[in-house]
Amino acid sequence: MSEPAISVHNLTKRFGDFLAVNNVSFQVGKGEIFGFLGANGAGKSTTIRMLCGLLSSTSGTATVAGYEINQQPEKVKENIGYMSQKFSLYDDLTVRENIRFFGGVYGLRGKELKDRMEWAVEMAGLQGRENSLTVELAGGWKQRLALGCAILHNPKIVFLDEPTGGVDPVSRRNFWELINQLSEQGTTVFVTTHYLDEAEYANRIMLIQAGEIIAGGSPKELKETHIKNPILEVECDQVVSAMEILQQQDWVIETTIFGTYLHTSVTNEDEGRKKIQKVLAENNISIKRMDRIVPSLEDVFIYLIDQGSPAAKEESR
Amino acid sequence: MFKRIKPIIKKEIRQISRDRRTLGVLIFQPVFLLVMFGYALNFDVRHIAIAVYDQDKTKVSRDFVNSFLHSEYFDLKYYLKGEKEISELLDERKVWVVMVIPKDFSRKLLSGQEAKIQILIDGSNASQATTVAAYTSGLVQSYSIKILSEMFMRKRGMTLSLPVDFRPRVWYNPELKSVKFLIPGLMAFILTISAVISTSLSVVREKERGTMEQIMVSPVKPIELIIGKTIPYVFISLATAYMILLISYLLFDFEVKGSQFLLFFVILLYLFIALGAGLFISTVSNTQQVAFQLSTIFTMLPTFLLSGFVFPIRNMPFAIQLVTMIVPARYFLVALRSIILKGMGIGAFWHQVIFMIVFGISINALSWVRMRNKRL
Repeated sequence: MSEPAISVHNLTKRFGDFLAVNNVSFQVGKGEIFGFLGANGAGKSTTIRMLCGLLSSTSGTATVAGYEINQQPEKVKENIGYMSQKFSLYDDLTVRENIRFFGGVYGLRGKELKDRMEWAVEMAGLQGRENSLTVELAGGWKQRLALGCAILHNPKIVFLDEPTGGVDPVSRRNFWELINQLSEQGTTVFVTTHYLDEAEYANRIMLIQAGEIIAGGSPKELKETHIKNPILEVECDQVVSAMEILQQQDWVIETTIFGTYLHTSVTNEDEGRKKIQKVLAENNISIKRMDRIVPSLEDVFIYLIDQGSPAAKEESR
Repeated sequence: MFKRIKPIIKKEIRQISRDRRTLGVLIFQPVFLLVMFGYALNFDVRHIAIAVYDQDKTKVSRDFVNSFLHSEYFDLKYYLKGEKEISELLDERKVWVVMVIPKDFSRKLLSGQEAKIQILIDGSNASQATTVAAYTSGLVQSYSIKILSEMFMRKRGMTLSLPVDFRPRVWYNPELKSVKFLIPGLMAFILTISAVISTSLSVVREKERGTMEQIMVSPVKPIELIIGKTIPYVFISLATAYMILLISYLLFDFEVKGSQFLLFFVILLYLFIALGAGLFISTVSNTQQVAFQLSTIFTMLPTFLLSGFVFPIRNMPFAIQLVTMIVPARYFLVALRSIILKGMGIGAFWHQVIFMIVFGISINALSWVRMRNKRL
């Protein structure tokens, strides 16, 4: 295996008494889309800011693109692109002027700058609007322009800190297509998000909670490791009373309402089906449909957060 | 290094030229302040309303009153008939000064006795009252000398020569116009506002927008960012400074007596301090509002109150005088007045220049260190 793009060892950041990131270690391979998941305040941004050289670490080491973040921050900066949830562009400059400025700051000149400018305008879908002020652009365009400006210099690694915040679903999907393209071209993408559906696009995911990593792996691995029991989706009348009845059964591991359906996890699929049909029929609740479903990352996440919560830890002791 | 500074300068100039409102403020503020201060903040006391209660009513007393009115200091507003009116006029602030000439004024004067007059002055504005009292006593004395020399002439047939002849000549500002005294101070004041506030706001605005973070993840070094962001403001502030001089020349016939080169050097030196102060403020504030308030409290007000711009430092209590030692505008002002009003060379104010250099280097080094360590 070739040298990883990002390698983090026991990285810790402390703000006064508050431990924002606690002894975190992980590796990201070249060309990977690496999803960094967690609730607000879990330590996602702090980690990304340390890796980009915006924040110094309290202890631990990390190498990004082969350079140590505290020893050679300048080298790190030359090899990364960074885009935050703020889409940091100059509102009072035009599309072209923004690109020219960020290109200039990364040392692009002449023909190279011109080529990259054309590329960025095309990528953001802003042909013909090169002379519009950025303030006039809608969220999705602003987001893609910000990404374009962040990767004008063809960095090896791109850090995206909640890049899809405040953007409509269509733009979010388009944006993920761009991220996939980047990854196909060999760029490593390190992305934080709290949209769990987006995390499915990532090759590998790391879950962080209260500054600590609680799980990691590909979406498939996470589902397989943490959700071992089959989940049955039940469509029926009187969902709430059905849930209450099922919760009282000792063979039901867990049951929750998902929209207008029930998600019930049982130890064995066939046995579970029969038992659910029986117990609901006894209570005069008719079942319209019952299917085994693939667990979503949301199921995994809720399960893991429950496991990782202080109350759950207390119980397991 | 310059290759990364150039795009920053270009960007900054574009932003400034696009922000019409701020640009307008930067350009018209000096004109506005200059006109305001030049015409409104006038310490000269002229055309003082005076009332005369002439009980003597002779040619001699009228002659005496006229000697007052010939000067442009006093305007006769009321000619009183009774004593009652005196307090009324002063109470209602219709006049500043009341002159009472007693019945025996001309008789005593002509017989060589000591004639007395009474001058009543409204003392509610102490500094104006002092000035008025000084004018009055001057006019009364020159009238006395005139009478004395006339008598001498009549009796002895020769002119009187005074033991001490007092003929004041005011240097540097011969017409004693306060506007000439104010312009250098005004220049320091306006440069402080435009340089400190505009730099601190422009840096903090980038912090607010998140663009600062975007620049900090690029290979741009803090020093490159500082240079790139301040150079445009150096030029704007220099333009402001020379515009003040031009308007002062057009409106008040104000001319620079000393070396233009020295003047340029001193202005540049002060801008170095002011921009450094603006940067320092931007490292300690996270919103434009905070930056504006800090700039006002720590640079604008001291420049107005403690630099000697309006209020002379030597009249301040000792403790306050000590505080003025750390107000850079104080030193700038001494240098400016020396060059502009007195036409002096660097020999007259070299210690001020040294202080300014030390202050400028310290404040810039301090803000650079803060920018570096914080990584913003």
